[in-house]
Amino acid sequence: MALQKLVRSTVIDAPIERVWAVLRDFNSHDQWHDVVAHSEIEDGKPSDRVGCVRNFTLQDGNHIREMLLSLSDVDYVSTYTIVDATVPLQRYVASITLKPVTDGQQTFWHWESSFATPPGMEAQLRDMVAHGVYEAGFANLKRHLQRGGNVKKSTANTALRIHNQASPVSAHTIKVRAYGDASQLRAETSDVSPPGPGEVRIRQTAVGVNYLDVYLRKGWVPEFLPLPGTPGMEAAGEVMDVGPDVTSLLPGDRVAYMGPIPGAYTSVRNVPVAWTVRLGSGIDDVTAAASLLKGITADYLLRDLGHIEAGTRVLVHAAAGGVGTLVCAWARSMGALVMGTVSSQAKARIARDHGCQHVIVTSNYEFSAAVQNIAQGADVIIDGLGEAGREENFASLAPCGHWISLGQASGPLQPISPDWLVAKSASFSRPVAFAYVATHALLNQRAERVWQAFRDGILLPVQTEQFALKDAQAAHTRLESRQSTGSLVLLPG
Amino acid sequence: MIQVYTSSVIDASADAVWAKVRDFNALPQWHPAIADSRIENNQASDRVGCVRYFHLRDGGLIRERLLALSDYDFTCTYSILESPMGVDNYVATLKLTPVTDGSRCFAEWSAEFDCAPQREAELSQSIGQGVFQAGFDALKRHFSARR
Repeated sequence: MALQKLVRSTVIDAPIERVWAVLRDFNSHDQWHDVVAHSEIEDGKPSDRVGCVRNFTLQDGNHIREMLLSLSDVDYVSTYTIVDATVPLQRYVASITLKPVTDGQQTFWHWESSFATPPGMEAQLRDMVAHGVYEAGFANLKRHLQRGGNVKKSTANTALRIHNQASPVSAHTIKVRAYGDASQLRAETSDVSPPGPGEVRIRQTAVGVNYLDVYLRKGWVPEFLPLPGTPGMEAAGEVMDVGPDVTSLLPGDRVAYMGPIPGAYTSVRNVPVAWTVRLGSGIDDVTAAASLLKGITADYLLRDLGHIEAGTRVLVHAAAGGVGTLVCAWARSMGALVMGTVSSQAKARIARDHGCQHVIVTSNYEFSAAVQNIAQGADVIIDGLGEAGREENFASLAPCGHWISLGQASGPLQPISPDWLVAKSASFSRPVAFAYVATHALLNQRAERVWQAFRDGILLPVQTEQFALKDAQAAHTRLESRQSTGSLVLLPG
Repeated sequence: MIQVYTSSVIDASADAVWAKVRDFNALPQWHPAIADSRIENNQASDRVGCVRYFHLRDGGLIRERLLALSDYDFTCTYSILESPMGVDNYVATLKLTPVTDGSRCFAEWSAEFDCAPQREAELSQSIGQGVFQAGFDALKRHFSARR
């Protein structure tokens, strides 16, 4: 079968850095190419890892898996091959090359490929690739860049994208001026300056609420939230503009972020690029804000700390909560025996729906007898109870068990004596999520595992209770009441 | 080793622009900095290995050897044998690439050479702008005037 060669090229009215920022991402096509409905990189690999495989679902239902063969940030070349497709393109190898037009802010884009087809389909497939993929891609990318980067599912107002980039933007922000109860969360307005080097300015559409936010509001960790301060560790939204040296994100990109410095309870925020993950079309903003930090928490708890495997006995407190439901479902998919505590029958149903096999309903922190009865103890305890559950947790541990203290809803844990642990040869951990996403690559890797688990149905769609940002007080009151289920999300609106 | 790279988009097909620039002896017909040119030893100007002998408008004499010529890739590569510029190991390539969505072509002109360190910036500027960009500007003027 003869190979045919196909070449298409165009000139884009944008500097090469900007065009390359989109095209070097082997997983970006579902953000700008109309033909591609969904794109993901298999096995959670980063999209710039040579050898990674992207899995396209096209709008017409076809599937194409392509492997990245070479990527050069020096020559601006990306070469890839089809490894498997429902379209009969054979021995298909394609290459994208960008070159700068040095006498203008333009980029020359050369797209070529060689491939074979079944007899009689040469012209049809050639036209499909040339017009449907390459030429359409040129037009789609031009539109993508003209619109500031985003084509699909834009959540922000178009007018927002053409604001003066150098100017501060007014934002609605929740401020804590004195530590205390939920009434200390006050809605204010503030100006957000343009992003600095390494930063992006985000128009936030959804903000995740975590129990940590409550601790910070109460002043339990004052050095973490100096006054006046804005709580909140995670959010999702759309990039408004980027700092001078930022090329990996463009205005209009949908992103979510989590970071070790609070400040997410706001409508506009500057954050370091290293905190962000780009969102594909399969994950909406509310899901991302509700599950980035919690999903990554579940990921490191089960993989890095819990070493969960088939048969591991896991006890999850607040099993119907944001982290609890994710941990139950994920641990179950790994073959663990999952036990959980909840405070009501209604929550028991939710926990069961998420894979918790043995639900213990308790409103007075008594559960060790049930745990010993069900499984003769727990190998791993995911504990958000804190001081009130101290003795019962220890009593629930199996020999050589691992007690992971994630939160302290009932109050700060009093110091744990090493000698106390001896009785069960137990381990005690006090992890913080941000240490597990210390590099941007790690963050992307973990986030991709979370999104993949949602796509695979291992994690069920998150149940959220949504509040307007200005009603942050109500959200905290609800979270502290122990009446809420699933994840709480604030909407800057 | 210094590298200079200049590129542009010319509003004419690669075929049309190539017809203008492929003749190794035709610099005075399109490049404003060149006064005259001839090929040594009466050789054909598309014979790889031939040497052009030309004067700049400011009087300088340059001799360059044709190292490669491709009507398939629209490329022409040559080296400097002799010049007043103070460069060593100078090899340059002029390359055209069709832009398939419209009757335009992408033109690249690049060079690599060695020189005294203190002259790097000056030579990069005079070659990149004074020679390459000036040539592109002349081609653009030529082809826009014809439309």
